[in-house]
Amino acid sequence: MNKASAAMATESAPAPRPGLQENLIEVKNLRMHFPVTEGVLIPKVVARVKAVDGITFNIKKGETLGLVGESGCGKTTTGRCILQLEKPTSGEIIYNGVNLNNLSGKELVPYRQKIQVIFQDPYSSLNPRMKIRKIISEPMRVHNIIADSKARDKRVLELLNVVGLSARFADRYPHEMSGGQRQRVGIARALAMNPEFIVCDEAVSALDVSIQAQVINLLEDLRDEFGLTYLFIAHDLSVVRHLCHRVAVMYLGNMVELAECDELFDNPMHPYTKALLNAVPIPDPTIEARREHKIIKGEIPSPINPPPGCVFHPRCEIAVDGCSKAIPEFRELRPGHWVACTEV
Amino acid sequence: MATLLEIEGLQTQFFTSAGVVKAVDGVSYTVNEGETVAVVGESGCGKSVSALSILRLVADPPGKVVGGKIKFQGRDLLQLSDQEMRDVRGNDIAMVFQEPMTSLNPVLSIGLQITETLQHHLGMSDEEANARAVELLGMVGISEPQRRLNQFPHHLSGGMRQRVMIAIALACEPKLIIADEPTTALDVTIQAQILELMKNLTRQFGVALIVITHNLGVVARYADRVNVMYAGKVIEMGSAKDVYHNPKHPYTLALLRSVPRLDLPRQAKLDPVEGQPPDLARLGPGCPFRPRCRFAVERCAHENPMLEQVESGHFSACWEKNNLTSAGKAVS
Repeated sequence: MNKASAAMATESAPAPRPGLQENLIEVKNLRMHFPVTEGVLIPKVVARVKAVDGITFNIKKGETLGLVGESGCGKTTTGRCILQLEKPTSGEIIYNGVNLNNLSGKELVPYRQKIQVIFQDPYSSLNPRMKIRKIISEPMRVHNIIADSKARDKRVLELLNVVGLSARFADRYPHEMSGGQRQRVGIARALAMNPEFIVCDEAVSALDVSIQAQVINLLEDLRDEFGLTYLFIAHDLSVVRHLCHRVAVMYLGNMVELAECDELFDNPMHPYTKALLNAVPIPDPTIEARREHKIIKGEIPSPINPPPGCVFHPRCEIAVDGCSKAIPEFRELRPGHWVACTEV
Repeated sequence: MATLLEIEGLQTQFFTSAGVVKAVDGVSYTVNEGETVAVVGESGCGKSVSALSILRLVADPPGKVVGGKIKFQGRDLLQLSDQEMRDVRGNDIAMVFQEPMTSLNPVLSIGLQITETLQHHLGMSDEEANARAVELLGMVGISEPQRRLNQFPHHLSGGMRQRVMIAIALACEPKLIIADEPTTALDVTIQAQILELMKNLTRQFGVALIVITHNLGVVARYADRVNVMYAGKVIEMGSAKDVYHNPKHPYTLALLRSVPRLDLPRQAKLDPVEGQPPDLARLGPGCPFRPRCRFAVERCAHENPMLEQVESGHFSACWEKNNLTSAGKAVS
């Protein structure tokens, strides 16, 4: 399609280091381009939004991979492709050795059960006309996990207990609950399917600070208790650092850096990752007064017409002439630490 | 520094079918000329309503300012006529709202939205107002300001729209700007740009700033003084340093401890504030934070503590304010 695809296609997936568990998910060269059309009767494709433009990563069993970046970087689209809510333009999504993109709708059904999602907005992701009991039990009925309705009701109460809600919430409607409580319902609904893998798409972003910590702790407890694997999509770097084993940073449809969590935060290499970390204010006035603030200039360009070469070069502090021409290779600079920048 | 704004016992209530909601219940604080005061708290604590009350922008009905005084440069804003109040808004006190997507009029050009204020308050001619608008857009870091005048809000990104909002706020050189969650809807790198811009401009023109936010990091970086609100009341007030390094209210303490921090080693577990914020329509006697408080004593159940000084310039509304330890238990 363009130079970007050619360069990115040659890159290989970050190799799992020996001693670590097997991959649960492998994403290979994932590309999701949305057509922009004009005309009502005979729509004509006039441009393509390159929401995700060739990314490759894996998630090991029991691991939490953080996916961070700003609006429009493609992190949510990546999650939606894994969930099979979008049909990718190209690339592979391999779950436990099976390429999901090749499966028919029927063949996908068991995977739709194993792969669950927790959405960002606890207000719009619950049906306002259903009681909590029905919201949580419906997927169990649809997937025929528990056929008997009495047993399902019992399971609903168990699940409410697991997520820290009392049984009386079963007969409430979503509007009678706070944001944090609703988010717990969303988590209970995901758990009802006995999933292996959960995509948490900004699962705590809409919550107040004091409630956010409660839900983060809950997600952590559930991970340990049920051996869950998470893809944790978020823009809040401090939350990601707290919760994730490895972290991937995305910018404008591309992955710019991927490393073990501590390695990424202690030793960020890509100029965008550095700028992102520098932009997060620390809740301590003394530290803030001493800290040097390098404010990143410019705005995120449109993914319809991304800059040539490295997509970050127009905002980059260390960009050189070559950055606007060649697409940087995603290189492993240290064991497990991958960076897409020629200047580091 | 001279006092610019003095709020005394402000009470704003909403009369709803579920009962009277005391959104702001006896809030008092001052803002000096040129300083930045942050109002922090979680959803529903009354921080936005208290700010809207200053400009008398609370929708009536169902809301009403039922008590208190808001003295701006000695004049009580609550006693002004509607006409007098209109002269204050945008001229002496300006506002920057949270949502840059909805706070600009989508069918008016950027230029018109800036010049409108200038012509109304300062009686400028079209040419004067246009020239000033170009100057303002340049000041807030918008490229090609002349061309932008004819553009509409949907042509601009979220960050750009917030810059336009700031330009409008600065247009009449106000004494005070109230910014209600000015960067909540923005990405973190754009947030840093906008906050830096507001900080530099308010310093340059000596404008006082009230920043309403839930982001403790933003407060630490930009505020001189902090008011922490909970359930319609200011529960702690002091310099940013005092409040962050030596919190004297269990809620502030818990809030600071519940956020993961990038500069500290990773914790095994976060320490959340348990429970939910109270329903403001059904507040009982006693301290509203008591059900979630680790330091609560018998007295907290029936007597609501008043804001009292603990050290110079540092106030807390807590019976146990002198017995707090960071470990989370009261000193016996």
